[in-house]
Amino acid sequence: MKLKSNIAISDSGFIFDPVSGDSYTLNPIGKEILSLLKGNKSDKEISDFIFEKYDIEESIFEKNYYDFIGMLSHHNLLEEL
Amino acid sequence: MTKIKLNIGVTGLNNTDNPGPGVPVIRSLRESKDLDVRIIGLAYENLEPGIYMENTVDKTYQIPYPSSGSQAFLDRIEYIHSKENLNVIIPNFDAELNTFMLAEARLKEIGINIYLPTLEQFEERSKTNLPKFGEKYGIKVPFSKSITSYADINNLRNHFDYPLLVKGKFYDAYLAYNPEQVINHFNKITAKWGVPVIIQEFIRGTEVNVVALGDGEGNTIGAVPMRKQYITDKGKAWGGITLGDEKMLEITKKLIKNTKWRGGMELEMIKTINNEYYLIEINPRIPAWVYLAVGAGQNIPEALVKLSMGMRVEPYKSYDIGKMFIRYSYDMIGDISQFEKLSMTGEL
Repeated sequence: MKLKSNIAISDSGFIFDPVSGDSYTLNPIGKEILSLLKGNKSDKEISDFIFEKYDIEESIFEKNYYDFIGMLSHHNLLEEL
Repeated sequence: MTKIKLNIGVTGLNNTDNPGPGVPVIRSLRESKDLDVRIIGLAYENLEPGIYMENTVDKTYQIPYPSSGSQAFLDRIEYIHSKENLNVIIPNFDAELNTFMLAEARLKEIGINIYLPTLEQFEERSKTNLPKFGEKYGIKVPFSKSITSYADINNLRNHFDYPLLVKGKFYDAYLAYNPEQVINHFNKITAKWGVPVIIQEFIRGTEVNVVALGDGEGNTIGAVPMRKQYITDKGKAWGGITLGDEKMLEITKKLIKNTKWRGGMELEMIKTINNEYYLIEINPRIPAWVYLAVGAGQNIPEALVKLSMGMRVEPYKSYDIGKMFIRYSYDMIGDISQFEKLSMTGEL
């Protein structure tokens, strides 16, 4: 999973896709995950980071994480594999 | 550095919810670092807002619609020239472009420069010729047909799926879901713009546009892509944002190179969900949203004026991505004496 390199993320959690002109807003956890994706972290590294930092059940995290990735893919924000 | 003084005639001062490019063109020229412009507004109607706006025109003259005869039209331009010593005219109204193109040599002789596409370029890209244009230059265009009568509407089902677009030869485009709606739109459009009416395949996707300037030798002097973010019920952009879309720039540069386009243009395209680009229209003039390009770093109207004066212009190499424009409406207070003066003398 890799975020397109041209996607801009601001400190406030605002994302801008310069090719489509679309923009999105993220909550703090979404922003955190997207920043990790932008830093080319793997799924494993991201989940380790989240479990380290937050008290969350693995199954709940996984469901939400892959929903989020699906949403990013739907909006064309991920590099095509 | 001393600025170059120029007297520039500008049409298209209608700054309504279907805005002409005149006012944004004037704003752009007034921001030029190299040109010191005196703007002569050329107005068709007495209530074109640009006539009355502050810091817009220095003087306005009424001109007759080209449909009233090109001789009357050119006589009026020559009269205005005798008073104002025009260096350049920037035509911004589709229905006048043909008249200006035909008169280019005559205007040049008396010292007025215009910078428009050649008649051949103008005809080639017209809505009725767009399919051939796409084929010739290897650009995807939606399937389209010109129709001139009700009888043609019945045959549409053999060539199109509904919905389809019904377009006027200069302006207006409506989506129709059945033949009855086509008849309605056909009547509306022919009453305003005459025939032919263009029927175009409806491509689903996002409308994206490029404002560009070609130097007539195949070079792109400026190009800025934009996506409309807010569209009026007339299909006009009320808000937009500059895009960093290399594919759109590539299509634009290829088109300008192959056609050797001369002058300003607006490419209207649809980007599908499969990232395919369909060219739906080429407007052979600067569009009303040109000031966004200026805000993004490319003063296209200024470059056009310089080219028309035979000056050398270096192509713009970049622009800011993510610049936005948002239109607004604003009530100005005028006085009947202004309206009276323009109505009675044709000048203000």
